[in-house]
Amino acid sequence: MAYSDKVLDHYENPRNVGSLDKNDKHVGTGIVGAPECGDVMKLQIKVNDKGVIEDAKFKTFGCGSAIASSSLATEWVKGKTVDEALGIKNTDIVEELSLPPVKIHCSVLAEDAIRAALSDYREKNGAPAEKKES
Amino acid sequence: MTTTSPSRHIYLDYNATSPLDPRVLDAMLPFLRERFGNAASRSHSFGWEAEEAVKIARQHVADLLGADSKEIIFTSGATESDNLAVKGAVEMLAKKGKHVVTCVTEHKAIIDTCKYLESKGLAEVTWLEVDKHGLVTPEQVAAALRDDTVLITLMTANNEIGTIHPIKEIGALANEKGVWFHTDATQAVAKIPFDVNDLNVDMASLSAHKIYGPKGVGALYVRRRNPRVRLSPQMHGGGHERGMRSGTLNVPGIVGLGEACRIAKEDFDKDQAHYKALRDRLERSIRGALDHVELNGDEEHRLPTTFNVSFAYVEGESLIMGIPEVAVSSGSACTSASLEPSYVLRALGVGDDLAHSSIRFSVGRFSTEQEVDDAADTVIRTVRKLRDMSPLYEMAQEGIDLSSVNWNAH
Repeated sequence: MAYSDKVLDHYENPRNVGSLDKNDKHVGTGIVGAPECGDVMKLQIKVNDKGVIEDAKFKTFGCGSAIASSSLATEWVKGKTVDEALGIKNTDIVEELSLPPVKIHCSVLAEDAIRAALSDYREKNGAPAEKKES
Repeated sequence: MTTTSPSRHIYLDYNATSPLDPRVLDAMLPFLRERFGNAASRSHSFGWEAEEAVKIARQHVADLLGADSKEIIFTSGATESDNLAVKGAVEMLAKKGKHVVTCVTEHKAIIDTCKYLESKGLAEVTWLEVDKHGLVTPEQVAAALRDDTVLITLMTANNEIGTIHPIKEIGALANEKGVWFHTDATQAVAKIPFDVNDLNVDMASLSAHKIYGPKGVGALYVRRRNPRVRLSPQMHGGGHERGMRSGTLNVPGIVGLGEACRIAKEDFDKDQAHYKALRDRLERSIRGALDHVELNGDEEHRLPTTFNVSFAYVEGESLIMGIPEVAVSSGSACTSASLEPSYVLRALGVGDDLAHSSIRFSVGRFSTEQEVDDAADTVIRTVRKLRDMSPLYEMAQEGIDLSSVNWNAH
């Protein structure tokens, strides 16, 4: 399996590994995937009073591409508002990391993890889970 | 990423293939240069020389197996040997019956051959299940036999997990019932004692490249007495190899296989002690340093070369990615061409999550203590790093039962 330099970099030096307090009302947690499928991602965001994601953390069980996708996702959501973060698409991740076709599901999972975390945050704060979703 | 040779690579994938022993290469070289004759040429010294070399090689292979040299058929490798044994026997015995007994953890060369025969209506196959250690019992085999059973084919030792079946007992049973017994001994010969008479085996497949010989050559042992096994050829032509396998003999390859067998017999005790010492050393280091490490296979009935292990909460491909200097295999789907995790581990009842987390280490003649220690250090460090970023490990530490979680699966 050949990995792109960016995947290798995220694997070697993953950004924002760790956990936030899932009970904190400013924290949204998303856990997606399943162990028997070989990937589970946990992505957490911490949103400040201005609605900006000031911190993000992840933990991932999965292949190098899954680790890189979630690491990249935490980098990208930081500094964005909740609405802006919803605009991150898996295809952007595929492009940034040069993921091969067999690894596209890793990027899909990362996008799902972002959405799940945002949705959790919105529910905790009394907002509708997701406004853009059809 | 290019695969330019790094400063040092530790090869711990001997069950996949082995390097040539330099002594084997030395034996082969003249037959790749000046001694190029065709072993079937009867009219000149080039042919006689080649024929003589093949004769000596045949004797070496026979000696390693405790067989007679007339019982050795040279092939292109174990896959061909398996095909010839199973298809050749089923075809030869078609009038007697068409029931075959085999097992779900066999190598694909057996599984796919049996499925082919089933699909053509040439055989009815009973697929024995294995226990959680990968073992089949003689009682299971006995229960599967029918009046029209013509062949039992069971591997001696499994390539992925190293589990060794009770071949001797199953061979005795086959003998008593008058059913031919074939074993794929590719992983077993030269690693554990393997004598065709002691084990009551009627046919046995082996491959040169697993025992420090060249790729592209192997052999099938075919018993000549009690019972006299005759096989329908699967390769037709000049009637070579007692008519069972036509084709000009691969003289350099056969010489290499012969020399590999000679060395394997001569160095057997030394090799076996070496394999076991290194495998145990590796296993002790890893199991001593990490928790949640599950052995795949049978603790006791296992090849001395093999350590197949699942590191819970860590995915296999990411682990392999973290140990680029160590060459090993994984049961993870991500590292195989198919998208399924190892069928062998599944057959043991290992969950897909743990199958994704499995690594097979296999040591060999040229492995060293230093290599094994370095590999263990790297693996332990990487597993710890990956567990630190594993949500599953975190949940397990929090006391959450992962099987109770309602996963949002894709």
